[in-house]
Amino acid sequence: MTDPTPNPKFISIEGIARRYPKAGGGMTTVFEDLWFSMKKGEFACIIGHSGCGKTTVLNILNGLDAPDDGAAIVDGRAIEGPSLDRAVIFQGHSLLPWRTVLGNVAYAVAARHRDWPKAKVDAHAMAFIEKVGLKGSELKKPSELSGGMKQRVGIARALSIEPKMMLMDEPFSALDALTRGTLQDEVRRICLETGQTAFMITHDVDEAIYLADRIVLMTNGPQAMIAEIVENPLPRERVRTEVHHHPDYYAIRNHLIDFLVSRSKTFKDAVPEGYDRRHPPVVRPTAGGSGPDAGRKAA
Amino acid sequence: MSASLNLRAALLSLTILVVFLLGWHVAVQSGSSGAASNNDPEYAKLLGQQATQGKSAMPGPLDVISTIWGHLRDPFYDKGPNDKGLGIQLAWSLARVLLGYALAVLLAIPLGFLIGMSPLISKALDPFIQVLKPISPLAWMPLALYTIKDSGISAIFVIFICSVWPMLLNTAFGVSAVRKEWLNVARTLEVGPIRRAFTIILPAAAPTILTGMRISIGIAWLVIVAAEMLVGGTGIGYFVWNEWNNLSITNVIVAITVIGVMGMILDQTLAWLQRAVTYPD
Repeated sequence: MTDPTPNPKFISIEGIARRYPKAGGGMTTVFEDLWFSMKKGEFACIIGHSGCGKTTVLNILNGLDAPDDGAAIVDGRAIEGPSLDRAVIFQGHSLLPWRTVLGNVAYAVAARHRDWPKAKVDAHAMAFIEKVGLKGSELKKPSELSGGMKQRVGIARALSIEPKMMLMDEPFSALDALTRGTLQDEVRRICLETGQTAFMITHDVDEAIYLADRIVLMTNGPQAMIAEIVENPLPRERVRTEVHHHPDYYAIRNHLIDFLVSRSKTFKDAVPEGYDRRHPPVVRPTAGGSGPDAGRKAA
Repeated sequence: MSASLNLRAALLSLTILVVFLLGWHVAVQSGSSGAASNNDPEYAKLLGQQATQGKSAMPGPLDVISTIWGHLRDPFYDKGPNDKGLGIQLAWSLARVLLGYALAVLLAIPLGFLIGMSPLISKALDPFIQVLKPISPLAWMPLALYTIKDSGISAIFVIFICSVWPMLLNTAFGVSAVRKEWLNVARTLEVGPIRRAFTIILPAAAPTILTGMRISIGIAWLVIVAAEMLVGGTGIGYFVWNEWNNLSITNVIVAITVIGVMGMILDQTLAWLQRAVTYPD
């Protein structure tokens, strides 16, 4: 699943800052001196209120935006622009409406493998269309697909370039609950199967608990900061329909919701003693301090 | 349901046409009752039917239809500079329009891309476009005649200058309005700028560009008639003016009909192309 000796800093965000000019002169600091790192094969979710700069962090990671200070490093190299090594699944599916499903995925494949003949590109694209369960719809235009199917095409497109990591910006927020659940299952299955490193923005606490190994909590912007990093106490093998029976489930869920409801506002005014921006506190909410695998019995 | 709507619309169109033709026929016939035939027959022959029998100079629909039929049977005859078949005249006009229009496409679409992609160039060229755009294309004619010294090429230049603006502005707008998310897709896939222009911007902006091209071909076809009336020699505009000098109202009406039908064909061709590149969102 993951490397036997995973690089503890496969992805490393080192003291990044982003500032925008204010309307009346001066600068607004969205965030500054932000530190965070991820292991290869890890799934991290970032949650926080709108305006805290989550999307900016994601755009710095995918290379569409650049930090004003600090650097983002992937696999030992500083990010200097968009790269085929980091695939993005956008919030709006952002498919090209004049291309078919196959055309959309093949566009990405052809961008990755410029010297491949068309037949090889199409075959490769088809393999990923099958992987997301869209075989038979490959010749449809995006306008003929449902919202869930469109997002599946987006996932197939991101996977087809076989990236080193996947970046997702609230990919399922526009979908109905049922479709969202199925797609969460699929993203989780694919990430586990391929050992994919994934970074996802979400507003959905349950989605974060189901998918993530670690959850990054960001305080409200401007001047947002990483309040803490929550380690998911749930076992890595989880079933979506059963996670809420795990004894630790409500511990982590309440912790996250408490943060979103109140601490995201107040954290900045009362920064805990010994808080270090480079090493934000790591917490592991469990039901009465039981061990990480205690849930096995209940599940 | 829609089939029956189309059928009813067609029936109504046909009824309007028949009523119009009948009304026209009756209106031009009514004058012929009071025959003023107490003239000298020799004199009457010289004057023609209009003076002698009170027949209206306005032809009826039957005259026009039979003249159209005559033109259709022999559209390409050439009996000297003042008597050429309608097909030849139409071909001249079409050739001028298509040539001037093609030159306009070659300039307007690349320049529109540049304006749409670069805010600097957009701002820098804006005052020129704002001043040049409202100039009536025919106002360029004397300048064109003086500098080019060829009336045929001057007409082509006038078509070029009048078709450039809608295409230029629509291309610039279409290119600048391409959705950021599509461009971001290309950027995250490391697609280079040239490939991005052809695989993302061009298909995304194509419907807007085609709208501009459709407006342009309409304006070009409006302007060619006036331009050919000015420069003379050949073309459907010249034909109209020549037949007016011949006092052949029948041929003038025929030419008007032909201009309308040709304009419709040009417009519908562009409309078809527009539908072909339009994507549902």
